[in-house]
Amino acid sequence: MRAALLIAGKDLRQRLRDRSALLSAIVVPLALASIFGLIFHNVTGGHLTFTFGLVDQDHGQAAQAFETQALGPLERGGLVVVRPEPSLAAGRSAADRGKVAATFVLPAGLSAAIGNGRTAELRVLGDIDQSIGVQVAEAIAQSYASRIDTVRLAGAALGSTTPGSVRTASAVDPIRIADVSTTSRQLDAGTFYSAGMAVFFLFFTVQFGLSSILEERRDGTLARMLVAPIARSAVLAGKLLTSLALGAISMAVLALATHFLLNAHWGNPLGVAILIGAGVLAATAVMALVATFARTPDQASAWQAMVALVLGMLGGTFFPVSQAGGLLATLSLATPQAWFLRGIENLAGGAGAGAALGPAAAILAVAAVTGTLAFLRAGKLVAR
Amino acid sequence: MTELVLEVHSLEKRFGEIEAVRGVSFQIAAGETYGLLGPNGAGKTTTISMVCGLLERDGGEVIVAGKPLTTRSIGAKAAIGYVPQELAIYPDLNARENLRFFARLYGLAPAVAGDRVEEVLRLIGLVDRAGDQAKHYSGGMQRRLNIGIGLLHKPRLLVLDEPTVGVDPQSRNAILESVESFSAEGMAVLYTTHYMEEAERLCDRIGIVDLGELKAEGTRAELVSLVGEHDRVHLEGVGDLEAAAGACRALPSVDAASVEDGGIQLIVDHARNLLPELLQVTTAAGVAVNAVEVVEPDLEAVFLHLTGKALRD
Repeated sequence: MRAALLIAGKDLRQRLRDRSALLSAIVVPLALASIFGLIFHNVTGGHLTFTFGLVDQDHGQAAQAFETQALGPLERGGLVVVRPEPSLAAGRSAADRGKVAATFVLPAGLSAAIGNGRTAELRVLGDIDQSIGVQVAEAIAQSYASRIDTVRLAGAALGSTTPGSVRTASAVDPIRIADVSTTSRQLDAGTFYSAGMAVFFLFFTVQFGLSSILEERRDGTLARMLVAPIARSAVLAGKLLTSLALGAISMAVLALATHFLLNAHWGNPLGVAILIGAGVLAATAVMALVATFARTPDQASAWQAMVALVLGMLGGTFFPVSQAGGLLATLSLATPQAWFLRGIENLAGGAGAGAALGPAAAILAVAAVTGTLAFLRAGKLVAR
Repeated sequence: MTELVLEVHSLEKRFGEIEAVRGVSFQIAAGETYGLLGPNGAGKTTTISMVCGLLERDGGEVIVAGKPLTTRSIGAKAAIGYVPQELAIYPDLNARENLRFFARLYGLAPAVAGDRVEEVLRLIGLVDRAGDQAKHYSGGMQRRLNIGIGLLHKPRLLVLDEPTVGVDPQSRNAILESVESFSAEGMAVLYTTHYMEEAERLCDRIGIVDLGELKAEGTRAELVSLVGEHDRVHLEGVGDLEAAAGACRALPSVDAASVEDGGIQLIVDHARNLLPELLQVTTAAGVAVNAVEVVEPDLEAVFLHLTGKALRD
């Protein structure tokens, strides 16, 4: 153990002197988290106010219900601003010139059409440069239309297709922004990108561990260590300790820095520590396994970068892939990154440290499998 | 009898179909410098890799300071100081950090390591630059650091693998002087080289290696005796060369004399002792000698005799 600690101490000293290591471990993830957080902050943080135009050519009950029940609550919540437009042309112009994200057009006869069971049209004229705002507008309109359909079906079942059904529609719960959100489990942008970038770059930070054996072999210093009166396993242990220490330091610094600088909410500190510990173990094990297949440091570095990138993308560190559903979401569960983010989502929602245990167990399972394989193959790294 | 520090018996190593080392055996006593002399690819580095416990051997035995050595040995390795052919230092650490790391790796206690590091820094002349990163050193300084690391724990056996390859003449001379001092201090030194001059200068005994085999070993004199102690003398002059050659041939220590290339070519025993008499005889025969060249048998000749090829081929 003494020899392993000596080797780890020497490696840490070298890495801390290597500014590129500091860049990839702390500076770059912090910078990217800041940039992504700023870009997406308003969208996922819900602090943006979308401005929508409204052209009411109907002036009937359906239009009134849309204004008061669909848009009203959102407007009162500060999520949207509704700007009445006097005409279709004015509404179109406002959207074209970017004055509004989208304009709702409630055509003449809308209420009558709904009341008579005919096809009714609610148009959304969007600004091509505000695609997210347009999507929100479409979601609001779609949600409203769904309510109308529900009431129609209910009304048909009761034998009523009178305009009273519109009143019934407007009597249902007001549309909430949650209904148009694509996710039900989501971090705010600052926290998401802080955690995402931290765990993404963690895999790059720990890659120096076993792959530095290949560097030492190339530089002749491995031979010197192998001639010394120490067990060969001490060299491997020292390298792994280096990875674990670098990973833990990097994650701890990033968690604290993003908390204080980016206002990221990681959640319960103990839970975060559990997740970080598990994540560092898994990242070290995965990168160590990759290194055992390489013959040169350059080869190891290239392969590790590819694996880190693929796992990072699949694990949803840039975009919440797990929320997309389907095969991609299932595949993402094979990555430690996805489980790490899931754990942080649990904690950021206010849960206690126990909420991190499930995701941490999944991460440790990945660490156990890859770590065992790496252990079985690592002997050849210190053989000549 | 002087204590044996290294015993190598019937060492063998194969790499696939290639027999890199074939039954090599030799011994080194304390205070003795033993040279493995052979061309590149002769098997010298493979041999010392097994001697140091770096490389698994396919056959044979290595005993260091009385302890059998394998790649997993710890006790036997503690007696070995290893200086590889290529620089094996950490360029982003300074000399003191490099030395301290390896001193601690060799088990020296922190206080002892600190003292020993300073001693070695003085020995290799890097005290003034000890705090600079090794990547900023000159090639010679890096070489000295490379050697210094091998000396930290005062090894009983110092193994140097071609330490002067690619070194400037000044640094080379400094390295050779250092090696001479190591054996004087009682260290057993195993020195591999393909430079005949280094082997002749440093080594008490020399093993000649080619194609993985130890072709011969012994002191320089013993090896030279293998090819016969005949010197070649070439006398250049003006006059009756044939008559002078005939007169020389009559001398008891002259084995052969002939006229070649405008001079007299002689094969003699102990040329340096015979030279005054040769000059007297040729002058008496009417030849005015204006140049003399004496070529004594050397390790190059021994290598040529044993392998049929030149050492630098």
